[in-house]
Amino acid sequence: MSDIHALSGAYAVDALDDEERSQFERHLEVCPECRAEVRSFSETAALVAETSSETPPPSLRDSVLSGIGSIRPLPPVTAPTTTPADPASAPGTVHTLRRRTFPLLVAASVALILLAVGTFAWHPWSGSSTTNLADQIMQAPDAVRVTEPVPGGGKLTIVRSASLKRAVMVGSDVPAPKPGTTYQMWLQQPGLGMVSAGLMPDADQPTVLAGDAATAQAAAVSVEPETGSAQPTSDPIALFPLPTSTTGNGTT
Amino acid sequence: MTYLRSVPADPPPEGGGSVGAHLAELLKRASLGDEGAFAEWYDATSARAFGLAVRVLRDRAQAEEVTQEAYLECWRHAARFDPAKGSAISWLLTIVHRKAVDRVRSAEASSRRDEAYSHKEQTVDHDSTAEAASASLEAKRVRAALSDLTLKQRQAVELAFLGGYTHTEVARMLDLPIGTAKTRIRDGLIRLRDALGVGEVAQA
Repeated sequence: MSDIHALSGAYAVDALDDEERSQFERHLEVCPECRAEVRSFSETAALVAETSSETPPPSLRDSVLSGIGSIRPLPPVTAPTTTPADPASAPGTVHTLRRRTFPLLVAASVALILLAVGTFAWHPWSGSSTTNLADQIMQAPDAVRVTEPVPGGGKLTIVRSASLKRAVMVGSDVPAPKPGTTYQMWLQQPGLGMVSAGLMPDADQPTVLAGDAATAQAAAVSVEPETGSAQPTSDPIALFPLPTSTTGNGTT
Repeated sequence: MTYLRSVPADPPPEGGGSVGAHLAELLKRASLGDEGAFAEWYDATSARAFGLAVRVLRDRAQAEEVTQEAYLECWRHAARFDPAKGSAISWLLTIVHRKAVDRVRSAEASSRRDEAYSHKEQTVDHDSTAEAASASLEAKRVRAALSDLTLKQRQAVELAFLGGYTHTEVARMLDLPIGTAKTRIRDGLIRLRDALGVGEVAQA
């Protein structure tokens, strides 16, 4: 526990390798202290950058300002789905309707958006880009869906895109978690076992799983205390075996 | 008019101050498609963004590419910047830094690894690429705070942040046991943060 907190400094200055980074990002989702610390370190690092200040050539300004002319700014995120929300806000409510549908937006430059999403995955102040990412995953040409019934009612569906290396979970008629608890998603990674893939306070809201879904052997959802757990503390309410990725780029 | 506004020399980057608030406001306007506001945002921040990219990449051509990519991403994502969670300049520099680091690591041919040890001295001499910033009061304040760190803390922070090395690499470079460098980096950042009074700025 205390060991992972010690990574906050290295995370803030991008000094973690990819695996540590994604582990720590999952930790960030459940650790407000580390989120606050990372933010303060990012501000500090921004000041350190001051010592390297150097005026760029004027041609760069021209490239940037002509570049933005052909890029449409994205709208704000209206429903962040990876930030742990307060599951007690609707105690006992049973969601009988899916809350949102997926507009079939065909983005003009999908690749660029995905690049951007990659970078924005978990800068704590950037808000969540997962709404777009969820749509991207669900509309990916190689998207594969698996649906499992949930013991308490309703069903959960995971949609995975091996090429995007990401997966999104969405429920249908899944009861809201009891007050004080939340749904938490897991990815079973080779050699690591079940690794938290983030909280899912509202099961009927599509939620992108944190972590590399292409390498994962299975995904699961369990009921956990509302701040989340480092390891599953109850039997999963749904377990999804994931076939090994065949894209060949899953482990680079 | 905004578009023609002269370039501010080197505004202090405090997120909570009026300059920080102004930068956040520029981003807000940019998110609504205001290209003039974005030009002003670029002018106010590009020296820091480009300088950081040069520092990490040690290659001006690549630094220009990375800086450009970062600004285009800022433009696209301006609506997602949340001033309650950090300053605008920190948001930008985080993007620049991540891109620069991703680039050095992916392009990390053996060449740069092999040179790794020779960078030791340069990181101690942290003025080597920063002459242009010497006039900045803020930079002086930061240098003073850096020099108050222990040598190991300062080396660890600088190798990680300005050098773009992972904490594991930093440990090897500084002959520290694996696992110790991340603690040094964190301790160094805590001390710097407190010395620079960042705490209240980033309390959100």
